[in-house]
Amino acid sequence: MGIAIASGAYAISFGAISTAAGLSLLQTCALSVLMFTGASQFAMVGVIGAGGSIWAGAATAALLGSRNALYGLRLSSLLNAGGWRRPAASHFVIDETTAMAIARDDPALSRFAFWTTGFALFTLWNLGTLVGALATHVVANPKLLGLDAAPPAAFLALLAPRLRAREPLAIALAAGLVAIAVLPFVPAGVPLLIVALLVSLFGWLRKPR
Amino acid sequence: MIWTGVIAASAACYGLKLAGLSLPQRWLQDARLQRTVPLIPVALLAALVATQTFSSGQHLVLDVRAAALGVAVIAVALRAPFLVVVVAAAGTAALLRLIEG
Repeated sequence: MGIAIASGAYAISFGAISTAAGLSLLQTCALSVLMFTGASQFAMVGVIGAGGSIWAGAATAALLGSRNALYGLRLSSLLNAGGWRRPAASHFVIDETTAMAIARDDPALSRFAFWTTGFALFTLWNLGTLVGALATHVVANPKLLGLDAAPPAAFLALLAPRLRAREPLAIALAAGLVAIAVLPFVPAGVPLLIVALLVSLFGWLRKPR
Repeated sequence: MIWTGVIAASAACYGLKLAGLSLPQRWLQDARLQRTVPLIPVALLAALVATQTFSSGQHLVLDVRAAALGVAVIAVALRAPFLVVVVAAAGTAALLRLIEG
C-alpha cells in the first residue's frame, strides 16, 4: 500500500511538470492512462518542455520503456497470463508491479501481488496526475514556482536507486558529460538519442565478465 | 501534433510491455540483450538530468537550476521521498529567483 501512496505523490509531480511543459490537461491525463510507465512519461514531457521535438520526446519515452520488455520476460512464467488476460496484464508491467510479484515465493501469491499492485497504482497514478495537472493549470508563470527545476530533480530521484554499483555510476557520469558535450551542435532532445545509441553499443560490444 | 506523439509513444511503450509477455523466452534471454537493456535507463536518466539542468534550448547555461540540482542531490542522498526531492529543488529555484529579483 505504501508503494501506491508514494506513486500517487510521484504522479502529482508528473501532472504538474507536464502541464508546465505545455501539454494540455487532457494530454497529460491521456499519458498516465495510456502510457502508464513513469520514467517514460517524465522523459516525454521533459523533452517537450525543454524545447525538443515531440518525436525526440516520443523516442526517448520508448527507449526508456524497453526495460519493461525484460520485466515481462521475468513475469511471463509467474503470471501464466494467457487469452484475454495477457493484453490486460501487459499494461501493468512496470517497475513496481514486477518488484512486488517477483518478491513472492509462491506463483499464486505473485499473481495476486501483481494484480493488486497494478490496480492500486493505476488508480492512484491517474488520480495524482489529475491533481497535479489541475494545480499547475491555474499558474500563469511556472518558472516563478521553480517548476523548470523540477524535472531534473525527478530524473535524479528515478536514477538514484539504479546507481548502487560502480559501473552504473560511471555510465551515468559519462552519459551526462556526453549529452552536455553534444548539446550545442544538435537539436534539443537529440543528445538523449545519441547517448542511448552509445550506451547500447557499449553494452552490446563489451566482453562479458 | 502533440496528440500524435502521445498516442505513438504510448503505443510503443505498450508494445514493449506486450512483447515481454508474448515473445519466445529465448529471444529475450539473450545474454547481450540482458546486459544492455538495463543500462539504457541509467544513461538516459543521467543525460536528462544533465541537459535539463545545464541548458536552455541549444545553449549551455548555468543558472539557479544548478543550485536546485545540488539540493536534490542532497535530498536523494538523505533518501528523501520522491515528492520531497522534487519540491525541494523547485522551492530552491523559486527562492533564488525571488532573491535575484
